[in-house]
Amino acid sequence: MSPTRSRALFSGILVAGGLSLGGIAAAAEQPATPVAPALPPASGAMLANACTGCHGTDGVSRGPASPTIAGITKDYFIDTMKAFKDGKRAATIMDRIAKGYSDAEINAMATYFAGKKYVGHAQKTDAAKVAKGKTLHKQNCEKCHEEGGRLSDEGGILAGQWMPYLHFQMEDFTSGKTKMPEKMEKKVKALKPGDLDALINFYGSQK
Amino acid sequence: MSHISRRQFLKLASGTAAAGLIGAPLVSSGAAKKKVVIVGGGAGGATAAKFLRLNDPSIEVTLIEPNTHFYTCFMSNEVLGGDRKLDSIKFGYDGLKKRGVKVVHDTAVAIDAVSKTVKTQGGQSFQYDHAIVSPGVDFKWDAIEGYSAEVAEHIPHAWKAGPQTVLLHKQLQAMKDGGTVLICPPADPFRCPPGPYERASQIAHYLKQHKPKSKIIILDAKDAFSKKGLFEAGWTKFYGYGTDNSMIKWVPKSKDGAVKRLDPKTMTVYGEVNDHHGDVINIIPPQKAGKIAFEAGLVNDKGWCPVNVQTFESTIHKGIHVIGDAAIATEMPKSGYSANSQAKVAARAIIDMMNGKEPGTPSYINTCYSIVGPDHGISVAAVYTLNKAENKIVPVKGSGGLTPKDASAAHLKREMAYAHSWFANITNDMFG
Repeated sequence: MSPTRSRALFSGILVAGGLSLGGIAAAAEQPATPVAPALPPASGAMLANACTGCHGTDGVSRGPASPTIAGITKDYFIDTMKAFKDGKRAATIMDRIAKGYSDAEINAMATYFAGKKYVGHAQKTDAAKVAKGKTLHKQNCEKCHEEGGRLSDEGGILAGQWMPYLHFQMEDFTSGKTKMPEKMEKKVKALKPGDLDALINFYGSQK
Repeated sequence: MSHISRRQFLKLASGTAAAGLIGAPLVSSGAAKKKVVIVGGGAGGATAAKFLRLNDPSIEVTLIEPNTHFYTCFMSNEVLGGDRKLDSIKFGYDGLKKRGVKVVHDTAVAIDAVSKTVKTQGGQSFQYDHAIVSPGVDFKWDAIEGYSAEVAEHIPHAWKAGPQTVLLHKQLQAMKDGGTVLICPPADPFRCPPGPYERASQIAHYLKQHKPKSKIIILDAKDAFSKKGLFEAGWTKFYGYGTDNSMIKWVPKSKDGAVKRLDPKTMTVYGEVNDHHGDVINIIPPQKAGKIAFEAGLVNDKGWCPVNVQTFESTIHKGIHVIGDAAIATEMPKSGYSANSQAKVAARAIIDMMNGKEPGTPSYINTCYSIVGPDHGISVAAVYTLNKAENKIVPVKGSGGLTPKDASAAHLKREMAYAHSWFANITNDMFG
């Protein structure tokens, strides 16, 4: 089952569960004093602008450890934030931050950043590693990380992404702190020492 | 006219303009550009200027700031530690000018909330529809006997970065090996709660490399401090904290840590009972809102500015919004990221208000990194929401918190990398 489909199913269950729970809560609690009306939801831009202190204005990062999140797909943003919330993705700080947002808020932020233009970063790369990485990419990764890592429904944008960030992610994948999708796991496990570095150099060389 | 509110008037005026009745005086007044004047070009003011222009380029934004460059307090402790050059924390206003912000290098001396005018030392006068005041902090010079703005010229506070940072750095470089550095932090509330302890860490980092027989004594006006457990763990790892040979000693208020008096001639500070001699003394005085907040009558009896935290509009003077360290934004700490976050909320609210709309629901955030030693970063983060009934900014339940106590060395190393990435991004988010 694709992550998108499983999410749709999952949120369906949540809605159903939420409704019945809400019914019980309303019956049990009869507030004596009128409660102030709930605030309308914060806009996607308002929520997203809180992120840009670390991820750069419009989600285009200027710092090499923080990824650029402009232009990533809605699905990938939502999956990632949920994984941070649930502790399924390794984190230093994003687990603590993701827990501050509801599913609806995450959805609004996802729409906002998906609408922003991705900007790749010119980085220093090793030409030999880039060439090796290019071949490795075609053999192993292109099927899901299409067009040299420029496109991906279920993954982030790799082309021109910050290399230190990519290194962190691959460390977390290979150590098992973040679980890889099955297909990816097979491919990554078959790689030889130095191959991941070559791949990261290749992505870092792409605009 | 008198029975039509200003808001209705603006709507009416723009309506007639749309209908094409150009030429009537009413129209030209209504079609005039909306003006926001921002006082203070630090973390809050610069962000507000940028995001007003980003969200609505039709607004005329004027930023009044005396200095041509801003030195960030954040990361200034790394300059003291020796791992960072002062130039890397220096930011100009060209980025904001390119976004159409009118930058005026002058000092605001008065704000008239009735005539909606900001006056400057240089004799200029600026009319506004909304003003944003982001003055940062000023020091309560009378709080520690013997300390003053003049004495601070040779016994630095270094709590505003720039020349003060350089002065403290030079004094550390000139100090003999085996010397004592006194750091004297104030009681809450003050700018950057973890700052004094990151400073102690960074000075220890410098001393360990260059003057390993030296000591740091933190004479504190508090019995607890931000990220205490994490700092102490880092100090234990790097600087022998808790041993007889510790480079850092922390003296809480309950052990007579609060400094009452300074004798600059003998370089001695006095508590109630004890006194301490320092070869280098860094006094971080108690603080209050920056001067213009007082001149404009925006402060309460404690010297901070009460605001409606949905819009950051002053609860004392309508049309003036106060953000950053000077504002009472409980429970957000007084930090650079808080100021950045509040500026975005205020900018959005002002645009809504100027368009006759109800201000939207705000969302706030703070992330704060401290560098304790080589490859050792720690953080605290929180996502905040509005409690409108109590006019409070409250953390979202279950979110935020500190770096885990049991974080691995690899985790702490990454937090340092993220701290530096945060710095690159947030300064660009403010000034770029």
